[in-house]
Amino acid sequence: MEYEAVIGLETHVQLKTKSKMWCGCANEFGASPNTNVCPVCLGLPGVLPVANEEALRLTTLTGLLLNCTIPRRAKFDRKNYFYPDMPKNYQLTQYDQPSTSTGWVDFEHQGGISRVRITRAHLEEDVGKNSHFDRNSGVDFNRAGVPLMEIVSEPDIDGPDMACAYLNALKDILVYGGVSDCDMEKGMVRCDVNVSVRPKGTRGLGAKIEIKNMNSFSGVRKALEYEIPRQIAVVQAGGKLIQSTRRWEDTTGITEEMRTKEDAHDYRYFAEPDLMPFEPTEAWLAEVSRCVVEIPLARKQRFMRDYQLPAPDAQAFVWDRPLGDYYEAAVASAKNPKALANWVINNLRAKLTESGSALDQLKFPPAALVELVDLVDSGKISGRIAQDVFAEMFSTGSNPGRIVEIKGLAQVSDSGAIETFCDQAIAANPGPVADFLAGKEAALNFLKGQVMKLSKGKANPALVGEVLTRKIKG
Amino acid sequence: MSVEHIDVKYVAHLARLSLTADEESRFGNQLQDILQYIEKLKQVDVTGVEPTAHAFPLVNVTRKDEVRPGLTNDEALRNAPSKANGLFMVPKIVE
Repeated sequence: MEYEAVIGLETHVQLKTKSKMWCGCANEFGASPNTNVCPVCLGLPGVLPVANEEALRLTTLTGLLLNCTIPRRAKFDRKNYFYPDMPKNYQLTQYDQPSTSTGWVDFEHQGGISRVRITRAHLEEDVGKNSHFDRNSGVDFNRAGVPLMEIVSEPDIDGPDMACAYLNALKDILVYGGVSDCDMEKGMVRCDVNVSVRPKGTRGLGAKIEIKNMNSFSGVRKALEYEIPRQIAVVQAGGKLIQSTRRWEDTTGITEEMRTKEDAHDYRYFAEPDLMPFEPTEAWLAEVSRCVVEIPLARKQRFMRDYQLPAPDAQAFVWDRPLGDYYEAAVASAKNPKALANWVINNLRAKLTESGSALDQLKFPPAALVELVDLVDSGKISGRIAQDVFAEMFSTGSNPGRIVEIKGLAQVSDSGAIETFCDQAIAANPGPVADFLAGKEAALNFLKGQVMKLSKGKANPALVGEVLTRKIKG
Repeated sequence: MSVEHIDVKYVAHLARLSLTADEESRFGNQLQDILQYIEKLKQVDVTGVEPTAHAFPLVNVTRKDEVRPGLTNDEALRNAPSKANGLFMVPKIVE
């Protein structure tokens, strides 16, 4: 019998705030241990948490970006457990009344658009960081109380590829929205996976197995690539899977059982008495709505539709958002959007990288680049000459039309001049001429190159080809 | 009226308390009394009353996202039973 995997993801994302969730300590990566701490995030007795409004705003914004419903009322709850990285012995989270619920993410997968439904995105707090030594462990509470958002997906994912595509799409959306920097190296995104298997085509769900301890998207992929065949093998051998939690070991590349249902955590959730509920007002929601940005997939589709760009060009403008914005500023007056895209993605980006400068330091306006493209398109200058004009524009900011005029770079389409160059090239290269006559098409390119050289790159290449062919073949 | 029996051993485990047999029976009886009292409270007619964790109908108590100074590392670790390299030292964590 064939089996299929059913996967849901719980993605934890650190929010991009200046301060922590309940206190004014800095939300900062890499500080010396226990220097961004205070009585609130150390869980000392008698302190009161106060919610960071920006964290609530970013969570609601995420809800809007993920097509979620924003409930009229959200509240916080205590999730009780003992672990050294949690100084209060409970984590503040949203249990039954989260800030957002029921949305979805669309993303590109296997040549089409896939959708994963979002159960909820709720707000909670991060815990401290443990380091382990030979005989004991050390705890740094700088991370304790950092605003953490948990995005829970429905079990709509069918395999490791789709899981990674979903995670990348989610990350791109959050970075675009300014919700999180999603820096994996700094542990800003962490993921738990729920996976079960069932006979292909059936609707029921098998025993849900949770995998923890993946700290990269490739870790998620590898854990699933290990775990799915493992579960299928158990079921095929007549075994029975039980609901349990497993830990991914990156070094050995296997998952190991941590605990089963019998010793699952009993978190005893209850409403946090020290925090008041949050009821977003219409005015507040309207303000958050104004921060909703176009998500990456929508931007890509729009660039492909409005400017008739191929997918790789549109994708380049999604990944490099300032470059895409620059393109959009220029393209309004462009006759050839595709040619302009080539110039922006290839030449302009290369020059920027080479000179180490940014788009806002450019010496010429976007319209000048459009003019350059028009000069090429209309046959006024050759593509080769355009490179020189562009280099000049880049270094001096001069107008391309003016550069062409002053330097006498206009393409020679005057057939008299071209005929002379062609005659010279034919006379000087009898070998290639004979080759071309013998049917070697490549020989023509060599001769064309000679003519271009004689004309200092200014001859119209199409015309050169025509004249050479006519002269040689008669 | 029947009151749900409380599993004292389990509750003690959740609270990371180790109890003697005598304490188990003493605290067990006390907890049982509390449950009895809750049963009594359950008889109050609360039709139309929303559950709440607060006595005041206050909402949206928030603060601006601003950094404020906290404790120095020395102050933070002052009460720590064990410390090293700026860290709180704890028994080796294994799960």
